[in-house]
Amino acid sequence: MSSSFRKFLITRILLTIPMVLILVSLIFFVMRVLPGDPIRSQLGPRVSEEQADVLRERLGLNDPILVQYGNYLKDIVTFDFGNALTQGERPIKDELGERLPATLELTIPAMLFTSIFGVSLGAFAAKNRKKPIDYIIRLFSIFIYSIPIFFLGLIFQIVFGVQLDWLPLSGRMDSMLLTTFQSTTNFYVLDAIISHNWPALWSAVLHLIMPTLTLGLALTGVFIRLTRANMIEMLRSDFIAAGKARGISEKRLVYHHALRNTFIPILTLIGLQTAILIAGAVLTETTFSWPGIGRYLVERIALRDYTAVQSTIAVFAFFVAIISLVMDLLNAVIDPRIRY
Amino acid sequence: MERETLVSVQDLSVTYQTRIGPVSAVDHVSFEIQKGEILGLVGESGCGKSTLGKALMRLIEPPAEISSGHIIFEGEDIMAYDEEKMRDFRGRRTSMIFQDPMTSLNPMQRVDDHLIEAIQVHEPKTSREKALERSSVLIERLGIGLNRLGSYPHQLSGGMRQRVMTGLGLVLNAQLIIADEATTSLDVIVEAKLADQLREIRDEFGVTLLMITHNIALVAEMADRVAVMYAGHVVEMGDIYTVFEKPMHPYTQGLLGSVPSVELNDRDELFKMPGEPPNLTHPPTGCRFHPRCQYAMPICSQLEPDLTKQPSGTLVHCWLYQDHPDKQKNTLKA
Ligand SMILES: Nc1ncnc2c1ncn2[C@@H]1O[C@H](COP(=O)(O)OP(=O)(O)OP(=O)(O)O)[C@@H](O)[C@H]1O
Ligand code: SF4
Ligand SMILES: [Mg+2]
Repeated sequence: MSSSFRKFLITRILLTIPMVLILVSLIFFVMRVLPGDPIRSQLGPRVSEEQADVLRERLGLNDPILVQYGNYLKDIVTFDFGNALTQGERPIKDELGERLPATLELTIPAMLFTSIFGVSLGAFAAKNRKKPIDYIIRLFSIFIYSIPIFFLGLIFQIVFGVQLDWLPLSGRMDSMLLTTFQSTTNFYVLDAIISHNWPALWSAVLHLIMPTLTLGLALTGVFIRLTRANMIEMLRSDFIAAGKARGISEKRLVYHHALRNTFIPILTLIGLQTAILIAGAVLTETTFSWPGIGRYLVERIALRDYTAVQSTIAVFAFFVAIISLVMDLLNAVIDPRIRY
Repeated sequence: MERETLVSVQDLSVTYQTRIGPVSAVDHVSFEIQKGEILGLVGESGCGKSTLGKALMRLIEPPAEISSGHIIFEGEDIMAYDEEKMRDFRGRRTSMIFQDPMTSLNPMQRVDDHLIEAIQVHEPKTSREKALERSSVLIERLGIGLNRLGSYPHQLSGGMRQRVMTGLGLVLNAQLIIADEATTSLDVIVEAKLADQLREIRDEFGVTLLMITHNIALVAEMADRVAVMYAGHVVEMGDIYTVFEKPMHPYTQGLLGSVPSVELNDRDELFKMPGEPPNLTHPPTGCRFHPRCQYAMPICSQLEPDLTKQPSGTLVHCWLYQDHPDKQKNTLKA
């Protein structure tokens, strides 16, 4: 690693910090501006104001807002996150520790699926530009782009879950298996492999298929369109014409030369899509009762659980920051023109 | 000096299908390229030089097509080749150096990988090492340091990149090299150097060079013969001394007249010709130059002249040098 690259790396990582900080601060203040009250929303209207105030005092909600903000930042920096305001005040750290792996187990394969599938279709459409298959692929991309995620999930559930009865409707594993299942990492697929629990592995994989496909397909449309547009642009460039004049085959020009140059905008897109991926994950988890942090977020927003919501968002912000960091680094590695 | 014929172009036409109708960018052109010569191809912008160059390698793509003619390369009509044979032809027997060396190399591929790929595409059995060895010899000959082999295109200067392009054109020993404004984007000194190098290469490797350019001075200095194109036609073609000494076609006369002094001004000269270049969707009838020609006769707007051989050996496409039973009559009528 050259010293200039190290410098770039450090600068890039340092830049991530203000980015995350701004995001988590924003969500802190937005939550407090929103109508609703975490204490009232869980205790109900019948509890007296004194009782509610005792709870408020204990949870630190009566502190000046800047003190609360300071405590919140401290919690985030130490990765502690404090306790939830509602539902038994369970440490948020424990809750997220259990749920984050569930979300990752869903989003990582979804992202892989959408990248590979979307990029292949986009490249194929570009190669066959203006032929029927190109129009079919483009229609498909518009179609899946415009279907809401929950609707797509619902259709899958009806067809593959109810009608055909091939795939489980919701959850991460059969409840029968779950009673004896040893989970150490909370990545069920991983845990099943580690413990050589093959029935559990099979069940975990079956449970993953529909949510992954739903989330993955929802993002594929953008990948198809971006890849296709960039590939067509690339195929028009001089070096492709020059390659053809050297006798290089069309297949090699498309899939080797043009596609490799298209990876740069695609990597950038993957970075940008992460935010959308998370929004999609929230909807997918809700649709398939997937116990990830997306569903946790939805539940806690309903309860106005400030601390839980803030912390979850902080984790999301972190996630987005890391992915975009990784994509930038990958870009720097594959693009010889990027010099620091 | 009579040479053998390398390429014989017969009745070649290229038509672009555009929204406003077909454009005949190359219109029933016939000429020959001789083995080992440097043939300059000149003419104002849009007259069809690049299109002709690409057509010689059958690189014309929709919405354009080669709508008539034959290209006889060493006795074989390459118009009869299938796509597979054409692929083998390209790069191995004819190669092309493009105008913009900045964009003509894959930005994500190193110089050595370009060269190795060019070899291996045609000779899959050649090992990487062997291909690299062969490339290295050539690269050194072209004055590119071997330490440049590992560079990416953006790390090279324009002149260096163009030499890499030249290397790619030579690495498979192609007999015909088409240089389409290969030197245009370079500065004057680098351009002169590359031009010298191209001539050296011709002498050393015995290749044939078709040099498409706007730079008349460069043609005067380098070429053995010159072909002048106007609106899709070759209007004059001949030995460089003869044509420059005594241009016959009125367009050539104007073209050479518009270069103030070859010696004093070495830069690209834009052609200045009275009138507008023709619209090729609706080309002028007869001789396409007639609306701008000071010698135009009535027959000129009615019938197209043939490319006829003059006593000097020059080929000219003009009624001034061709007889026709109606020529006088029409003139009288006017
Ligand atoms: N993509 C295209 N679509 C339609 N017509 C085209 C296209 N490309 C070229 N033409 C037509 O073909 C004619 C010849 O173009 P060509 O590029 O061969 O000219 P040229 O002599 O190389 O010009 P230049 O000196 O500017 O490079 C042009 O006048 C134009 O009308
Ligand atoms: S044919 Fe007629 S119009 Fe054309 S160049 Fe000759 S004299 Fe001029
Ligand atoms: Mg051109």
